[in-house]
Amino acid sequence: MTEQNAARVSLRTAAILTLFTVLFTTLMAATYQATKPAIEASAEAEKLKLVGEVLPAPLYDNALLADYVDVAPRAELGLAAQDDTVRVLRARRAGAPAALVFEAVAPDGYGGKIRLIIAVGADNRLIGVRVVSHKETPGLGDYIDPKKDRNKSAPWIRQFDATGFGEVPIAGWKVKKDGGRFDARAGATISARAVTNAVGRALQFAADHRDKLYALPAQSVMEKEGQ
Amino acid sequence: MNYREIAHNGVWKQNTSLVQLLGLCPLLAVSTTFVNGVSLAIATIFVMALASGVVASVRSFIPREIRIPVFILIIAALVTMVDLAMNAWLHELYLVLGIFIPLIVVNCIVLARVEAFAAKNTPLVAAWDGAMMGVGMVAAIAVLGGLRELIGTGLLFSGIEMVIPGTRALQVLPADYPGFLVAILPPGAFLVLGFLIAGRNWLDARAAQRARLAVPAQAPA
Repeated sequence: MTEQNAARVSLRTAAILTLFTVLFTTLMAATYQATKPAIEASAEAEKLKLVGEVLPAPLYDNALLADYVDVAPRAELGLAAQDDTVRVLRARRAGAPAALVFEAVAPDGYGGKIRLIIAVGADNRLIGVRVVSHKETPGLGDYIDPKKDRNKSAPWIRQFDATGFGEVPIAGWKVKKDGGRFDARAGATISARAVTNAVGRALQFAADHRDKLYALPAQSVMEKEGQ
Repeated sequence: MNYREIAHNGVWKQNTSLVQLLGLCPLLAVSTTFVNGVSLAIATIFVMALASGVVASVRSFIPREIRIPVFILIIAALVTMVDLAMNAWLHELYLVLGIFIPLIVVNCIVLARVEAFAAKNTPLVAAWDGAMMGVGMVAAIAVLGGLRELIGTGLLFSGIEMVIPGTRALQVLPADYPGFLVAILPPGAFLVLGFLIAGRNWLDARAAQRARLAVPAQAPA
């Protein structure tokens, strides 16, 4: 009798748990479906806003987020072979190349990888660079992010703006302490060094592959040379 | 238990951060600045009130043996839904609070209050209790975050421009204050929290002593 009772209680409990699971899963699925369009729209707007930080909107007139080439991971962009491909957005103005926008990684920050977004003009000039994410020490190395930089009128990272790759030789893409051209704050050189070197490498990459990057069909993949 | 008593319980007597010492992981990790800390705590108020209210309204359907899995299911589902809804319709606010909302799921205060209070009370009372526990966390994290920020950087309210556009951080200490990094790093969180707990206990002890002294004085009259 008691055994039968126990079986009935277990079944009832299991049924209730299943019911709750189904009910709340349905609720979550419904919320997901209802919010999906709005979330996708704001994700796109956010991406454009991030691009807008380094590339002013008047400089291009194409549908930037659709005109891209995926580039296989390579050392110039601070990536190892197992990393994801890099999306290079191609800004055009009246059909002519205007700028390349892509992410690069400085793998040697004090707290690990520093992710950057970089815009390089068709003339190989650096239009802008911003830090997308980093783990540098708060209050010490995080001045590489202009939002954290105490010098609001002339944030550190702005010194790169409009620097041509031709003007500064590859050896100059270092902080002054290493014999290069760029400033770093005393006592926190590692973060600045990592960013400076990464920007130099990324510019070199853009200059080397400029013609190919603009010429490839939209949404295609650029493999590494010799593959 | 009336609403006043519940509020006093949540904010002072059973303060989650300073007395129950629950949910220390988000408390210590996010309290690097005043704005960060208060933002997380406000999101917590909302989730706790909602979770407590929902659990209290379905409490009679939940068998005792499986209450914990059901509570976790309800809390996780609610947090996911709040996260999605905020991302879609309150995007500006989501950009500020967004990273903290999934953190709330792992905050054991929510489960603790649901289990200890909401499962035995009516929905309205339970929601009020959840909200007041959250208010207690706001108070504690505001002081903790404010002190760490002030000692660490000499500023107060940095990051407020993301919440209220047009405002800016206050430079409280002189601009050439060199900063005290330890306060911002994790050890500083433990140290400052220790002082806060000591301070709260001291206030309680003083109040208790006053009450003891006051009783004999009143007795003859």
